[in-house]
Amino acid sequence: MTNSVQTLPAPASQALPPAWRVPAMARVVLSFARRKPLGAIGGVIVLGLLIMAVFAGQIAPHSYEQSVPGNRMKPPSAKFWMGTDNLSRDVWSRVVYGARISITVGFATVALATVVATAVGVSSAYLGGAYDIAVQRVVDAWISFPALVVILSLMAALGPGLPNLILALSILGAAGASRVIRGATLSVISSPYVEGGRAIGAGHLRIVLLYVLPNVLGTIFILATIGLGQVILAESALSFLGFGIPPPFPSWGAMLSGSGRSFMYHAPWMALFPGAAISLAVFGFNMLGDALRDVLDPRLRGAGRPTAMM
Amino acid sequence: MRIYIFRRLLVAMPSLLIASLIVFTLPRLIPGDVVQLMLEEKAYGKDLEDLRAKLGLNRPIHVQYFDWLGSVVRGQLGESLWTRQPVLTELTRRLPVTITLGIFATFVAIAIGMPIGVLAATRQDGALDFFARSAAILGLSIPGFVLAILVTLLPAIWWGWTPPRFVAFAKDPAGHLAQFVLPAIILGVASAAGIMRLTRGMLLEVLRQDYVRTAAAKGLRGRVVVLKHALKNALIPVVTVLGLQVAGIAGGAVIIEWIFGIPGMGQFLVDAIVQRDYPVIQGINLVIVTIIVLTNLSVDLLYAVLDPRIRY
Repeated sequence: MTNSVQTLPAPASQALPPAWRVPAMARVVLSFARRKPLGAIGGVIVLGLLIMAVFAGQIAPHSYEQSVPGNRMKPPSAKFWMGTDNLSRDVWSRVVYGARISITVGFATVALATVVATAVGVSSAYLGGAYDIAVQRVVDAWISFPALVVILSLMAALGPGLPNLILALSILGAAGASRVIRGATLSVISSPYVEGGRAIGAGHLRIVLLYVLPNVLGTIFILATIGLGQVILAESALSFLGFGIPPPFPSWGAMLSGSGRSFMYHAPWMALFPGAAISLAVFGFNMLGDALRDVLDPRLRGAGRPTAMM
Repeated sequence: MRIYIFRRLLVAMPSLLIASLIVFTLPRLIPGDVVQLMLEEKAYGKDLEDLRAKLGLNRPIHVQYFDWLGSVVRGQLGESLWTRQPVLTELTRRLPVTITLGIFATFVAIAIGMPIGVLAATRQDGALDFFARSAAILGLSIPGFVLAILVTLLPAIWWGWTPPRFVAFAKDPAGHLAQFVLPAIILGVASAAGIMRLTRGMLLEVLRQDYVRTAAAKGLRGRVVVLKHALKNALIPVVTVLGLQVAGIAGGAVIIEWIFGIPGMGQFLVDAIVQRDYPVIQGINLVIVTIIVLTNLSVDLLYAVLDPRIRY
């Protein structure tokens, strides 16, 4: 026999089923949850808020401005989970739609702020010289104001409303973030591979886009996550003061203030639930942001702006 | 040291100048100017022009800016467009109120944050540590104005208690100071949480250093090791953050004063913004920025006290 070892082809029916494997993405999520349980709780809260924001129309039993006749300031019940307000509106529905506002403001602001901050921070570090000095002095001036004071003046200048709010908040957020991105860029452009890129004749645009940007992307991503919670907090505080989103839109902050405040002594649920929603949202984004930062880049610990803006 | 302070103030100048420019132009971008607000809609074009000329608002903006800057240098902040009261007089009346609130709040932040941070670090992963960290997360997540609303709302419902009306210091000194306690706690709690976390983190790092082990090995009592040897070296970042918190407290005071009806700078500012009272907005912002610049300077000077290796 010449053929020494012969493996019999296994009949197809007896082939072992492929071992059940957790998909790679899910494994990453699971190990994150095990290492950072608080971050995972934050992630679940954020996910819940996203679902509430996207499917507000399906989740909320009523529209945010619809009065339910004969149900003025009713306490929480099976029909109205969070009670009704002084205009007979369902508080639960308004809290659900409020998530849409918070999420919209949060993500739009952070997106805009990140683009501006990256442009300013990277250019300031890359170009250096007089440009850098001038830009940094302006950033100094911006961030030496209490955030709330700047934003109040900006909102007064621009007038209330969603787009203006996003613009004002992102200008403010960009100033602080650009400082951190500038720092990260400075350390990247002094590394040998950037020098290498220059040596093989890469132009400025090529170096910035292909050598610098990919290496500061982690920092940018972390700053953005941490910024989300702060922006949501700022939006609710501004709306609370009447400088944010005008009624009847159900911003959580606005629900705590305005005409409703005198009614809250008789209907405390009007204040309790929006207040809890703000706190929960801020908690969720902060925990997720903190955990992501610890996992992705421990060097950045404490790099964000102090959270005690309000 | 004196030279250092002088140099620092000199370096702060450009930032202050840019800040003053921002302070000056921002409120002027507000659509619907003050003159129209004052005369409401009844006025004709001629009246508007007259009043604008009377208030000096018809001059080119850069002329107005340098005019204002000149008077600031001479120690004048102009007068309110509405009440014709000098801004400085009003500020000297309201600034002490806000500063009292700020000092109380900072005190709350330190008095709660630091001892708990130290205790949590020395009992790492113990029950107290876990409890303190959870409380800190909670304290950082509940915004001051939500807390303030709950604090004014729930006692009123349960016991019919409402925060007392504001009393002046001259009338009732004890009552005057007592009314700051509750707002200050609310304002300070978030800072306290941040300071607690930072104190704990820094102290944990320092406690693992060799010299701390040496101090313990030569028989010093635990309290001396922690408080004299370790804590002092853990404090520099804490002081930095405390300095940054001053800006946060100044901003937070605006809302807290508004909720509790405390007649400080916060209410003054919100009213001025609504009324487009440019000189008042400019004056308040300038004062706030100056306070923050001075705070940053004192923070840097404090480093030298905490760490003798740092000399200016």
